[in-house]
Amino acid sequence: MTNANVLISKRTDIPTLSYEDFRSKVLDDVKSGSRLVSYFATPVESRPEEIGALQCVMINSGKLEYFRCVVNSDLEYRQLTSELPAFHCFEREIHEQYGLEMPGHPWLKPIRFEGRWLKRMDEYPFYNLAGKEVHEVGVGPIHAGVIEPGHFRFMCFGETVEHLEIHLGYQHRGVEKMLTKTPIRKLSPLIESIAGDSAVAYSLGFCRAMEALCGLKVADEIETIRGIAIELERIAMHLVGLGGIATDVAFLPGSSTYGRLRTAIINLSMRLCGSRFGRSWFRPGELRFPFLQSHREDIRKTLAQFQSDIAIINKLFQESRSVQHRLRTTGIVPPELADEIGLVGIASRSSGLKRDTRSELASGVYKKHPIEMITEPDGDCWARGIVRLREIDVSLDWILKVVETLADVEGGPRVDCIPQPDRRAISIEEGWRGEVIHYLATNGQGELTEYKVQDPSLRNWFGLAQAVKNNAIYDFPICNKSFDLSYCGNDL
Amino acid sequence: MEHFIDAFKVRQSQGKQFVPDVRAANPVGFRGLPLISNTPCESGCTQCVDDCPTSAIKLSPFSLDLGKCVFCDECARVCPSQKVAFTAGYRLASRTRDGLVVREGNNELTPVEASERIRKIFGRSLKLRSVSAGGCNGCELEINAIANVNFDIGRYGIEIVASPRHSDGVILSGPISANMAAALELCYEGIPEPKFVIAVGACAISGGVFEDSVALDRKFLGRFAPELYVAGCPPHPLSIVNGLLDLLGHADGRW
Repeated sequence: MTNANVLISKRTDIPTLSYEDFRSKVLDDVKSGSRLVSYFATPVESRPEEIGALQCVMINSGKLEYFRCVVNSDLEYRQLTSELPAFHCFEREIHEQYGLEMPGHPWLKPIRFEGRWLKRMDEYPFYNLAGKEVHEVGVGPIHAGVIEPGHFRFMCFGETVEHLEIHLGYQHRGVEKMLTKTPIRKLSPLIESIAGDSAVAYSLGFCRAMEALCGLKVADEIETIRGIAIELERIAMHLVGLGGIATDVAFLPGSSTYGRLRTAIINLSMRLCGSRFGRSWFRPGELRFPFLQSHREDIRKTLAQFQSDIAIINKLFQESRSVQHRLRTTGIVPPELADEIGLVGIASRSSGLKRDTRSELASGVYKKHPIEMITEPDGDCWARGIVRLREIDVSLDWILKVVETLADVEGGPRVDCIPQPDRRAISIEEGWRGEVIHYLATNGQGELTEYKVQDPSLRNWFGLAQAVKNNAIYDFPICNKSFDLSYCGNDL
Repeated sequence: MEHFIDAFKVRQSQGKQFVPDVRAANPVGFRGLPLISNTPCESGCTQCVDDCPTSAIKLSPFSLDLGKCVFCDECARVCPSQKVAFTAGYRLASRTRDGLVVREGNNELTPVEASERIRKIFGRSLKLRSVSAGGCNGCELEINAIANVNFDIGRYGIEIVASPRHSDGVILSGPISANMAAALELCYEGIPEPKFVIAVGACAISGGVFEDSVALDRKFLGRFAPELYVAGCPPHPLSIVNGLLDLLGHADGRW
């Protein structure tokens, strides 16, 4: 049985269209309600700088769909962003990586300053807002808190932000180039470091794609333990988000309580696998650490205490007038706009969009034990806080339910990965922030020659810029924290 | 009135959260300091070296560089002679780069020696500016955690501050991406003398899993050698706090 969140195909079986057909299919599919997942380019096999193919991944009535077109050097590419703004980041990436010309693209700016753009951080083409009373505020790359770097530039009229430009790339570590050069056995620690706050989500996405490439099957109980791991990561990082929001509105009981509640969850992960971030918990085809009666008991006990503690602070947080005052109607992204610019994950669900691949592409343990999708209609900072709060409750109940289905599982031996030749694998994993995409391809010798990863942040940063528009500049920290996007996930 | 009672309930459920003695904590399950046994390796066996993701292991004699180690447990898993076993030991800091190397038969890291100069100036008040230069948000979350209600470095007079102008040094995380190199320099330049650098995590110390990337620029560390290295991927908050207290010459970690 294949899982709905993984797609594996022989190279020869992939629908390969002419550019014209490819382009019209992309447009028609999106207009008829397919959901764009990814759009990217891959190189000619022996010439990594040269564009070889355009690839598109969609979700079409509950199924992953993947098609592509082979690109010739004389291609006259016609950009899609003007018609479908959700493509802006994908086309910017293709332009940055391969220099493909995109006449008429309305926002053709560097996405992460990689390759020939390296160290040219002062060449970002900022949008200009002119006027006697207009002023600019630049923040970063180094921020006041302990946080990753990125530059924000606000164009303000008085205290009102007319436009926010988000200039990223400072975190670029050349991840994608390393992914095809690293031996498969050593890939997992690198993949867990792409965005270390989502180590489990990245690791599992890689495992599923690699297992598909190698034809490896994983036992149901291992899938269940994987589900528990990623839901623990979700709870822990949602608590970071809630603690951060509480800090930024000076609601100190929330700031300290959500902080220490997170400690309880990540220490539970540490007792299960040795790492507070779930690092090295999983490898393709393997369960590295035993999962026994004592561990199940630990989960039940820790989560029961946690459940009663979080209910107390959640009540205070939600009923506090100062919290409500600061969060409600701040940083609104209406549903239509969220859809148009292609938001995913918690940011999209907070604007009422039903985008959660645990439900859309329910497979494995989520198929056996469905998990409720949480949405909030308002698209403001309050909604993005409440979605987290409710998702924590849902994940807690879910873990406590599925843990009862498990008997003792011993850690298994090491499994060697031998990918089949000429295959393409795509996996989607719903991390706490949103969907993490892996695309892996092998050549005729079974060597990994193409590897793309996509963090939900790539698509959602533009959402933050839209949310801040026409808000007061002092509300930016709350807006930023309510999205809580990854800098290195974007910069790779 | 009801709101007041709810606030009181939060306070009551909170109880005492701080780790009373950071020198004698017990992080159950933590994969920390590796013990290297004296058992000889199987002849010709190179399993651990072959599978180490960061080339942290050298053979004959066996040594493991914690400045590179990501504590993934792979060496312990593949070794046919149980040469390596990870323990919950969290004292993983060193004053020198070489001090992070664990060897056969010598299973503790050399304890961090207090710097007399640093103790004298910063012993009762140390303010640090965090710079993430390609950090994956793992180290950043743990640096944040040293200031939370559990680890609470504020009680020792240590604080992470918002501006280089207010700080006494940089606490550096990440492998130093080329795109961040200039900003890191600028920040360090902005800190008034005397000042120093602390390197937190495998990436900052050695490049970690990104060591071979062409998108790094680590020249900064060639010019400003760190006064303290804290190993881990990411380091446990207890490793960071203990390293700092040692450096500052705090006799004990009780409160």
